[in-house]
Amino acid sequence: MQPAVKQPGDQGAGDASQTANSGLRTLFLTPTAALLLALLGAPLAIVLAYTFRTRGTYGGVTAPWTLENWQRLADSLYAGILFNSFAVAAVSTAICLLLGFPLALFISRAGRRRGLYLHLVILPFWTSFLVRTYAWMFLLRDTGLINTVLFKLGLISQPLPLLYNYGAVLLGLVYTYLPFMVLPVYATLERMDRTLLEAAADLGARPLQVLWRVVLPLSKPGLWAGSILVFIPCLGAFLIPDLLGGGKTILVGTLVQNQFTASRDWPFGSALSMALMGVVLLLMLPLTRKSASL
Amino acid sequence: MSASPDLEQHPRIPGGRWLSTYAVLAYLFLHLPLLILMVFSVNASRFTVWEGFSLRWYAEALHDQELMESTLNSLIVAIAATGFATVVGTLCAYALWKRASRWIAAGLALSLVTPEIVMGISLLAFFQWVFRHFDFRLGLHTIVLAHVMFSVVYVVTVVLARLRTMDPSLEEAALDLGATDWQAFRRVTLPLLAPAIGAAALLAFIISFDDYVITSMVAGVDSQTLPMALYAMARRGVNPVVNAISTLVVGLVGTLILVSERLRAR
Repeated sequence: MQPAVKQPGDQGAGDASQTANSGLRTLFLTPTAALLLALLGAPLAIVLAYTFRTRGTYGGVTAPWTLENWQRLADSLYAGILFNSFAVAAVSTAICLLLGFPLALFISRAGRRRGLYLHLVILPFWTSFLVRTYAWMFLLRDTGLINTVLFKLGLISQPLPLLYNYGAVLLGLVYTYLPFMVLPVYATLERMDRTLLEAAADLGARPLQVLWRVVLPLSKPGLWAGSILVFIPCLGAFLIPDLLGGGKTILVGTLVQNQFTASRDWPFGSALSMALMGVVLLLMLPLTRKSASL
Repeated sequence: MSASPDLEQHPRIPGGRWLSTYAVLAYLFLHLPLLILMVFSVNASRFTVWEGFSLRWYAEALHDQELMESTLNSLIVAIAATGFATVVGTLCAYALWKRASRWIAAGLALSLVTPEIVMGISLLAFFQWVFRHFDFRLGLHTIVLAHVMFSVVYVVTVVLARLRTMDPSLEEAALDLGATDWQAFRRVTLPLLAPAIGAAALLAFIISFDDYVITSMVAGVDSQTLPMALYAMARRGVNPVVNAISTLVVGLVGTLILVSERLRAR
């Protein structure tokens, strides 16, 4: 398509300018549309189709069509892994709620320094994901800083098994996704009408009652948004469970990766991916309805 | 600022002091691990015991052929992906500013929420499927394609945010004075957008430079990037060279973030 160039004669015509404008708009949208269709839509469609195929001998997929991959999701082994993934994501989200709300409250009441404090929360989000996960490996492993210090202090004689367990995975997830909780909660606290708090206090509510009965209910939208924003990446996490959990804590992200690499069972890996995708989209639905951000 | 009182001036919210103490601990939790990592990058000892200042791990990192090659690959990929994503995303943001598009918005949102591992395996399946019909192989070019796709949404978001603060009458004035749509975009809006586009490009660069999960799925055998090399080293165990490289990466990314913030605030 060519850029819609206006003809010299139609400068004054409003409707002509409208069509020309929409020509330019279409042209500008085309690359993104093509990109999303070719590299997001088509790949997801292929994976969806693969969920109904049979595993090829050397990887890949072959005929015939089957429902077996979906049925295997109910196997106790895989259902257990899916359940664990949900549990880990839910617990991480709960911890982020508990840690994130007071931090958001603190920032919203920090007066002129709010911008600085907010930046200190956002900054880690942009810092290398891999490096930050490695930082915890450095601290938690048997000869890591925590064990070394405890050993030097004579508090332990054997290194504590801090790394390669669910605790380490939870720690890594909370550390990484806490900012996703703080930001939306902060946004709702920021918009909150302060006269409501004063009214509650004037009517005799004690400070804790104000917090519990007024502030907390009013921050519900932010708490929900934050919970979804934390839960979704935690559910599909791969790098953190892989590096901090080791081989003992298999979650769905690791399982998917495994099916496409070592196990070479693409159809089953596809079924797992699409199940994960389904849950993510279901969870996103309430958010997209509330705020059409783009 | 009387509208936003400090903690002390807000006695009705309980435990101002407790809240401050808690906040200090929370910030330590968020920032201390990286700071410790960086401190131990200049430790003379191979072990987690402080033995004095030394830059030997940096020297070792810079002399590591494999690390340097993967860094070069990462830079090539990030620069190429940033270039494409910035152009495509800026045009898209401009079009969405003129009139919203539910489909494009939905697609961009989808690219944001799709778990990285799902995006990685679906791109792998897609590329393998395409390669059955054409004679191509996985390599740096497939990494670039993947990176352009997942970083476009960040460019669109940043540029669109800036466009929404802009006065549409500037373009209207240009059109009234006889400029074509293209000229109004090219001569009026684009120059005003330049700082935001710069900020968006830097974010795209960071996201591309950083990615491991998707990259590892679509990389060919001879196209290792820096995160892939770091991941392999981290899996093999802790190594001070990783601390050194990590510190350099954090330094680079931190600088870019600061520049990007400056540009966005302009």
